[in-house]
Amino acid sequence: MSLLQLVDLDVRYGAIQALSAVSVEVQQGEIVALLGANGAGKTTTLRTISGLARPWKGSVLFAGQEIHRLPPHEVVGLGVGHVPEGRRIFPQMSVQENLEMGAYRRRGNLSQDMERVYALFPVLKQRRRQDGGTLSGGEQQMLAIGRALMSDPRLLLLDEPSMGLAPLVVETIFSIIEQIRSSGTTILLVEQNAVQALQLADRGYVLENGRVVMADQAGVLLNDQRVRAAYLGEGAA
Amino acid sequence: MCFSCFTQNFWNLLVLGLADGFLYALVAIGYTLVYGVLQLINFAHSEVFMSGAFAGYFILNGLIGTGSPHGLSSVAYVVIGIAGGACGGGVIAFLLERVAYRPLRRRHAPRLAFLISAIGASFFLYNLAGKEFGRDAVEIPAPFTNGPVFSIFGAQVTTYYIVIAVSAIAMLVILDRVVAGTRLGKGLRAVAQDAETASLMGVNIDRVVSQTFVLGGLLGGAAGFLFGLNTGVVYTMGFTPALKAFTAAVLGGIGNLRGAMVGGLLLGVVENFGAGLFGTQWRDVVSFGILVLVLLVRPTGLLGERLGRSA
Ligand SMILES: Nc1ncnc2c1ncn2[C@@H]1O[C@H](COP(=O)(O)OP(=O)(O)O)[C@@H](O)[C@H]1O
Ligand SMILES: [Mg+2]
Repeated sequence: MSLLQLVDLDVRYGAIQALSAVSVEVQQGEIVALLGANGAGKTTTLRTISGLARPWKGSVLFAGQEIHRLPPHEVVGLGVGHVPEGRRIFPQMSVQENLEMGAYRRRGNLSQDMERVYALFPVLKQRRRQDGGTLSGGEQQMLAIGRALMSDPRLLLLDEPSMGLAPLVVETIFSIIEQIRSSGTTILLVEQNAVQALQLADRGYVLENGRVVMADQAGVLLNDQRVRAAYLGEGAA
Repeated sequence: MCFSCFTQNFWNLLVLGLADGFLYALVAIGYTLVYGVLQLINFAHSEVFMSGAFAGYFILNGLIGTGSPHGLSSVAYVVIGIAGGACGGGVIAFLLERVAYRPLRRRHAPRLAFLISAIGASFFLYNLAGKEFGRDAVEIPAPFTNGPVFSIFGAQVTTYYIVIAVSAIAMLVILDRVVAGTRLGKGLRAVAQDAETASLMGVNIDRVVSQTFVLGGLLGGAAGFLFGLNTGVVYTMGFTPALKAFTAAVLGGIGNLRGAMVGGLLLGVVENFGAGLFGTQWRDVVSFGILVLVLLVRPTGLLGERLGRSA
C-alpha cells in the first residue's frame, strides 16, 4: 500500500513556481530519497507534505487521506514527523524539553519513547539537561531526529540531515536512519549527498527546477550517467 | 531638589515604590508575553487594565453595596474582586486578539497596521466605557478597612500594600510555574523561540496566541482592580499606568518574563525615589525619562529578550 502520495503538485511562492506537477509515491516501509541541486524544490516538497506550504494545484494523500488542507499541527497528529532543514532545535529548551515538544500532541507516559530515543542517541542522554542551543551540529541533528521520533510517526521526513556535518557523524546519522526504518518507520529522505542517500534508499526521485526528471530504483539511479554527472561530482559524459 | 526629603522618607518611598512596582510588573507581563510570541506591542493593553478595574467595581458594588466588610469576608471580597478583575481583563484581551489582531495576522499585514489597529481598539474601548459607565470616576466599595498594619523603619505598611504584595507575588509565582511546567507554557515558549517548528511539533499556534493574550489579560485585569481600589475607576485610567508598565517591560527586556517582574519593581521604586528627590510633580517625568533612556542606550533592556527561557 502506498503510505504517501503526492499527486501533480504545483506550489508557488508569489510569482515563483517552486514545484510543477510533482508526483511522488512512498510505500509503507520504504526509504525513498529525494535528490536535487540547491533550489530544486526538495524542501518545498517536504513543507507541502507537512502543511507548512499549500499547493496551488494537486493533492497530498497520506494513508489514503487528503491532508494538503490541514494545518501542520494536525498533520503531525496523523503520523508525519518532520525533521526540518537546518535542524531548528529550540535553542533555549533543554534536550529533554526538546524531546517532550516532539510528543506535544501525545498524552500519557512517554518515558518508554524517551528511552528509545536515548538508546538510539546515547549522547543525548548525557546532555539531557543542557540547552539545545549549546549542542554541536551533529548532536543537534540527532536531537532533531529524536524529537520527530517522539511524535511516534509512521512517516519520517528528513531534510538534509547530513548538512554541514563531519563524515563520521554523517555515517552515524545514516546508520541510525536505517535502524529507524527497520523498526517500522517509513522514510522520505531529502539529500544533496546523493551517493550515501542512494546507497541507503530503496528508490529515488531527482528534482530539477521544481520538476521530477527521474524516478527509479536507487541502484539504477546510482549507476545512471546523468545522475553521476549532475549529482555525484563526476564530469559530464 | 531636596535630598533631605528623600533620606527622611526613604523607607516610605521604598514601600510605596514596591506597591506601585508590583502593579507595573503584573501589567508589564501582558506586554512581554504577547511580544514574546508575536513580536507585537499590544498598545491596547491599557484597556485590558481599565476593563479589569470596571469588572471588579461592578462585582463588588453588587456584593458589598454600602456595607463595610471585615475579617474573613474582607479576604473573600478581595479574592472575588481580583478574580473578577482578572476575568474582565482576560475576556477583553481575548476579544482584542480575535478582533484587532488575528485578521491582520491572517493577511500578513505590516507592523504599522497592527499599531494602528491597537490604537483604534484602545480608543474604541475606552470611549465605549466612558459612554456606558459615565465620564466621572467611581469608587470601588472598600472590601477591607485600610490602615497601618506594621511599620518598618518608620514607614507604615498598610493593609492595601499588603493586599497588593501578597496577591501579586501569588500571581507571579503561579505564572512562573505555568510557563515553566505546563503544556501551555511549553507551547508558549516553543512558539516564542520558533513558531514554525512549534507547529511541526503539533502546537496550534492560534490557540497558543489566544491563551497568551488571556494569560496577560488575567494579570493586567487583576492589576487594574487593585489599582482602582486606591484611585477609583474611570474610563481613561488605563493610559498612564499601562504606559509605565510598558516602560517597565522595556526596562527589563521586552519578551523576558523575569525582566518584566524586575523592571516593574525597579520602575516603581525609582519613580517614587525620583518623586521624593525632585517633588511629586516629577514622578511621570522620571518614568518616561527612563523609557527614553533605555530605548536610546540599551533597547534590549537589562535582561535582554528571552521569553523562550523557562525561568
Ligand atoms: N519562502 C520563499 N519565498 C520565495 N521563494 C522561495 C521560498 N522558499 C523557497 N523559495 C524558492 O523556491 C525554490 C525551491 O526552493 P527549496 O524548496 O528550498 O529548494 P531545495 O530545498 O531543493 O534547495 C527555489 O527557487 C527557492 O528560491
Ligand atoms: Mg532545501
